[in-house]
Amino acid sequence: MVTESERLAAALPAIARKGALRRALDSDLFYSFRRSPVTVASAVVTVVLIASALLCGWIAPHNPFDLASLNILDSQNPPAWTSGGSWDYPLGTDDQGRDVLSAVLYGMRVSIMVGFAAVLLALAAGVSLGLLAGFAGGWVDTMIMRICDVLLSFPAILIALLIDGIARSLLPHDRQDEIAFYVVVLAVTVLPAVQFARTVRGSTLVERNREYVQAARVIGVHPVAIALRHVLPNVAGPVLVIATINLAVAIINEATLSFLGVGLPLTQPSLGTLIRVGQAYLFSGEWWMILFPSLALAGLALAVNLLGDWLRDALNPKLR
Amino acid sequence: MIAFIIRRVGQSVAVMLAVGFIAFALFSYIGDPLASMVGQDTSAVEREQLRHQLGLDDPFVVQFGRFLGRAAQGNFGISYQYARPVQQLLAERLPATLELALVASLLALCIGMPMGVYTGLHRDTWISRIVMAVSLIGVSLPTFLTGILLIWIFAVVLGWLPSFGRGDVVHLGWWSTGLLTISGIKALILPAITLALFQMTLIMRLVRSEMLEVLRTDYIKFARARGLPNRSVNFGHALKNTLVPVITIIGLQLGQVIAFSVITETVFQWPGMGFLIVQAIGFADVPVMSCYLMLVSAFFVAINLIVDLLYYAVDPRLRLDRAAAGHGH
Repeated sequence: MVTESERLAAALPAIARKGALRRALDSDLFYSFRRSPVTVASAVVTVVLIASALLCGWIAPHNPFDLASLNILDSQNPPAWTSGGSWDYPLGTDDQGRDVLSAVLYGMRVSIMVGFAAVLLALAAGVSLGLLAGFAGGWVDTMIMRICDVLLSFPAILIALLIDGIARSLLPHDRQDEIAFYVVVLAVTVLPAVQFARTVRGSTLVERNREYVQAARVIGVHPVAIALRHVLPNVAGPVLVIATINLAVAIINEATLSFLGVGLPLTQPSLGTLIRVGQAYLFSGEWWMILFPSLALAGLALAVNLLGDWLRDALNPKLR
Repeated sequence: MIAFIIRRVGQSVAVMLAVGFIAFALFSYIGDPLASMVGQDTSAVEREQLRHQLGLDDPFVVQFGRFLGRAAQGNFGISYQYARPVQQLLAERLPATLELALVASLLALCIGMPMGVYTGLHRDTWISRIVMAVSLIGVSLPTFLTGILLIWIFAVVLGWLPSFGRGDVVHLGWWSTGLLTISGIKALILPAITLALFQMTLIMRLVRSEMLEVLRTDYIKFARARGLPNRSVNFGHALKNTLVPVITIIGLQLGQVIAFSVITETVFQWPGMGFLIVQAIGFADVPVMSCYLMLVSAFFVAINLIVDLLYYAVDPRLRLDRAAAGHGH
């Protein structure tokens, strides 16, 4: 006699074999994605920008960090389509003779790396704190949430500035350029982490009283396993939305820090650093030095933001 | 009510103590304060003596208490960068920042509210659609890019407005104002718009969604059924009821304005506190940083406290909920 659960277990691989791709294409999420041209466009822009930034070692016409290839005679060339420009440097060159297109691609890679590192770090810290607060309850919960409340009452950029400033004064002065990347990641991580923690805690409080959690507890699953294997997948939706929106926020905050001159140094320029450098040439007519990094940053931020907005609406059952 | 106020004030005090602790830790553990005061030829005995005189060998709690006491009197030490008392530096720059923040908030309110009401009342016209699309871009665009864009249009291409500084200022006692001279007002326009844009889009979107919500309610339908003119329904009934959340958000956003003024001031080299703190961070000027930290935190804690207390006073439901919850326990 084959029991119900045995038959189900036999059928499971077949369901899985139907193909993850097929199922993804059939899902509601993909349907709402296909129906919104703005979302498709912003997804394309995001993918193209991220891919070209990650592949910058191959597709960039020059290596902006190879000092030997720089020619000071080629500095401040205008873009190719204007008079005086050449196709050697499609978007012109900066004050050091660096190709602006290559600098933007490499800078975008740094910006995207900071963004992803910050979101992943925030995800790890925030989700574990949120699960801990939601499951432990009591004074652990109260303390974590109080600290979150206090942090949330300050604007993100101010917290980032202060963490950046404190880290800079604590760490040795002569090695600041090397560690600037980690300092900036840390500075822009804190606020997303708080948002993850709050959201995960809220969903955990709802989920932990559901029957499947009680069932798991009854059959003796370890609490940590319940938190990670049973509850976590069920709070993943809002977490994904926050992750996307915070990717844009982290990139913008990093760019802001670098623009203010307290973020990434010239030896490792992000888009914000490039804009900071370009601003000095705004008045002397070399507009290409600031325009192209700004466009890249604005395009990236807008596209990721639109994706986040769509994801929020698509995963929100109330709006269907 | 009184219990709530006491608990809420207690929380604020705890937060300020924590911030003061961070500021103190910054102040006392980064670099040796003696090193900057004495020369090479000071003997170890003399150093110990000085250490004792300055109270640097006191227990931690005593030093912390002394730090808080001095901070409460507005004494934060000497800036490393300018070699002048920090409180003087900040006091000089406070008027510039406050004027900028105030003008920007007014601007955001006076433009954002009418636009929100318009887009809420006429949600399907093409003007509303354009305004909403532009506002989405406005939210996504980093503040410093908007500032640079404005500089490029109005200072570089058109040459109408100055791109940096505060223009001529008039001194009224310790307060310096740029609002009384033509060049001061001209210099204020671009930074104020830059700072206002984000708040403006926020207020606009908030007023719009609140209007849409209120316009759906029965009492609006009833007011229309009574034959009241559109004007009085839209403004007398609908707008009035959207104001409570709007005022709350505007209050909380004052803090955001101060934070974003750091960016705006740097873009326009506006001689305010934000510009000072960015320089201080670049220079690792710890006394300026810890003073700014305390000042801004005090400001935020005060705003949050006031908004919470106002909310409690304004919204009777909050009191009912708490009372009910209290009985439940």
